[in-house]
Amino acid sequence: MTEPAPVRVFLVDDHSMFRSGVRAELANAPDSGLQIVGEAGGVAEAVAAIARFKPDVVLLDVHMPDGGGKAVLERVRPAQPDVRFLALSVSDAAEDVIGVIRAGARGYVTKTISGPDLAAAIRRVADGDAVFSPRLAGFVLDAFTRHPDTPVHDPELDQLTQREREVLRLLARGYAYKEIASQLFISVKTVETHVSSVLRKLQLSNRYELSRWATDRRLV
Amino acid sequence: MLAHGTDGVAAAPPRVWGMALTGPWLGGPVNTGDLPVAATGAPVPPSRSPGTDRGAPIPQTAAPAPPRLYRAADGRVLAGVAQGLAAHLAVPPTRVRIAFALLTVVEGFGILLYLALWAVVPQQPVAPGAPPRQRRTVERGTAVALVVLVAGGLLALRGTSLLGANPLLVPLLLAAAGLAVMWRQADASQRERWRQISGFERPAESKRSRWAAAARIAGGAVLVAAGVGSFLLFSGTLSAARDGLVAAVAVLAGLALLTAPLWWRLVADLTEERRERIRSQERADLAAHLHDSVLQTLALIQRHADQPREVARLARGQERELRTWLYRPENREASRFAAALESVAGEVEDAYVVQVESVVVGDAEVDDRLGAVVQAAREALVNAAKHAGVDTISLYAEVEPEEVTVFVRDRGTGFDPDAVAADRHGLQGSITGRMERHGGKAAIRSRPGAGTEVELTMARNGT
Repeated sequence: MTEPAPVRVFLVDDHSMFRSGVRAELANAPDSGLQIVGEAGGVAEAVAAIARFKPDVVLLDVHMPDGGGKAVLERVRPAQPDVRFLALSVSDAAEDVIGVIRAGARGYVTKTISGPDLAAAIRRVADGDAVFSPRLAGFVLDAFTRHPDTPVHDPELDQLTQREREVLRLLARGYAYKEIASQLFISVKTVETHVSSVLRKLQLSNRYELSRWATDRRLV
Repeated sequence: MLAHGTDGVAAAPPRVWGMALTGPWLGGPVNTGDLPVAATGAPVPPSRSPGTDRGAPIPQTAAPAPPRLYRAADGRVLAGVAQGLAAHLAVPPTRVRIAFALLTVVEGFGILLYLALWAVVPQQPVAPGAPPRQRRTVERGTAVALVVLVAGGLLALRGTSLLGANPLLVPLLLAAAGLAVMWRQADASQRERWRQISGFERPAESKRSRWAAAARIAGGAVLVAAGVGSFLLFSGTLSAARDGLVAAVAVLAGLALLTAPLWWRLVADLTEERRERIRSQERADLAAHLHDSVLQTLALIQRHADQPREVARLARGQERELRTWLYRPENREASRFAAALESVAGEVEDAYVVQVESVVVGDAEVDDRLGAVVQAAREALVNAAKHAGVDTISLYAEVEPEEVTVFVRDRGTGFDPDAVAADRHGLQGSITGRMERHGGKAAIRSRPGAGTEVELTMARNGT
C-alpha cells in the first residue's frame, strides 16, 4: 500500500514569527500528510515563489503591505488556476473575509485555529472543498438573508437553498462537518457539496448587497 | 455643562472695548481640536475608557470664562457681528445694532467698525446635530428700520445735495453691494466647512448650496463689474481706462505666466502640509489609544508572566477591546441585541478565562423579551464555562422577523439532563424559567461526554 503524496503547502504571512509558529504546529502532526515547501513575507516574493514551487495549497495572510492577500490571489490565479488558497487572518472584518473569498480563496479561518484543525482545513481545501469558519458562515447567512426583498437577478446564484441555509446555521453554531452530517441525516460528502456550492455563490453572485453589506457592517 | 455655558453669558459683565479687543478670545486661529471642549466643556474623568479622551485634559478654572466672541450663525441679519457681539457682551442685540447705527451717522464709523469685526472675528462653528440656522423676521425688521434711519440721518446731515451732486454714488453703491454678496459667500463656504467637519451634511443639500454659491459669486461679480464700469463711464474716463485696462491685463497675464510654477508649488505644498497635519493628528490619536490600552496590558502581562490564567484573561480582554476599537462602527449602542450579547460574552470570557466564539446574524432593538434572552444566554455561557471544562464555547444567535434563536454550545463533559438534581438552579431558574416567563422556550441537549447545547427561542414582539 503506497502512501498518498503529501499535500505541498506554501505559507504567506508578513510576520515571520507567525510563519514559524504555523510550521511548528504542522510539524507536530507528522502524519498529517502535509509538507511545507516554502514561505514568503510579501506579495511580490509570494507571487514569484508560488510560480516556482507550484504548491497545492497556499496559506494566505489577508493583511499585508502592498495589497495583502487579495493582491496575491489576483496575480497568481490567472497563471496558476489549480493552486488553492486558504485565507488565514486575525482580522475577521467582514469586508476582508468577503474580499479574499471573492478574489478566489477557497476558505477562511482565523489565526486562533488549533494546529489539528488547521491541518484538517488545509487537507479539505487540497481536496477541492471549501472551509468555512463559524464566523464566515454567519457572514454569509447575514449577507444572503438580510433584505429578502432585494431584486434577484440570477436565482441560481443569488439565493441559498433551504438545505444550504441549514448547513450554514450548523456551521455557525460550531458544528463540525461530521456532526452536521449526522444532524441532517446526510453524508459528509453531501455537506461538503453544499458548502462548496455556497462558496461558488459567494464568489460569483452579483448581489449588490454582498459588497455593500460587507462594507457597512464591519463585523468582528 | 451647557447650562453652565448660558449662565456664563448672563453673568459676564459688560466689557470695555479696549479690553475686549485684547482679550484671549481674539488671539490665534480657530482650532477645530478645541471644538468638542468648547461645545460641551464636560470634564473628562481621568480613568475613562481610552478612545474617548483624546488630547490633554482641560484645566478647569474656577471663574466661568466669558463666551468667546464669534459671529453668530443663528438669528443674524447681515454677517452676525452684532448678534455675536451682543451674546459676548450679554446685552440685547437690538441695543448693539442701535449703537452701530448711531456710530454710522458719525462719519460712517459704524460701518467701518462692522466691516472690521466681520473680517477679524471668526464665525461660530456649527455644533453637530444643531438645528438648521434661522433668522428672526422681527430682528430683520428692526435692522431695516435702523438702516433707513441711518440713511435719513446721513441725508439730513449732508443735505440733499449728496445724491444730486455726486453722480458716482450709484456706481459705488453697486460695487459695494457686489462686494458684500461675494463676502457673504465666503462666510457661507466657511459655514459649509464647519458643517462638514461636524459631519452634518446631506449630499443633496450640499449640491444645492454649491449651485447657490456659484450663482452668488457670479451675481456679485456682475454687480462689481457694473459698478466699476458705470463709475468709469460717469467720470468720463472710459476710453482712457480701456487703454490702461489692456496694458494692465497684459502685465497681469505676463506675471501670471512667470509665477505660475511658484503658485502651483505653493498650492501643492499647502495641500501636502495639510495632509501631513491630518496624518500626524491621526497618529497621535492612535498612539494615545495604544498607550492607554495595549501597552498597559502588555505591562500587566509581564508582571503576571507566572500566572498563565491571568495572562490568558488579560490577552483575551485586550484583544476584544482592540477589535472593537478597530472594526466596530462607532456608535454601537448597548441597546442593540447583537452588541448586548457580545458584551455578555465578553463578561463571561473575562470572568471564567474561556473563549466565546460569538456569531450573531441580524440585529434588533432590545426589549423585555430580548433582554430575557440575553440574560438566559449569559447563564448558559456561565454554566458551560463553569462545568464543561473546555476553553472554547460557541455562541450563535439569529434574529429573524418572527423570532430570535440563540444557541450556546460546548464540546465539554456534558451530563444526563434527566439525572440533574432539581436544585441545579442555573438551568432551571435562570434559563428555562426565565425564557418561559417571557413567553419563550429553552431546550437543553446534553449527553455525558458529548457536550451540551442550549437552544433559546423567543417570538418577537408585535408578531
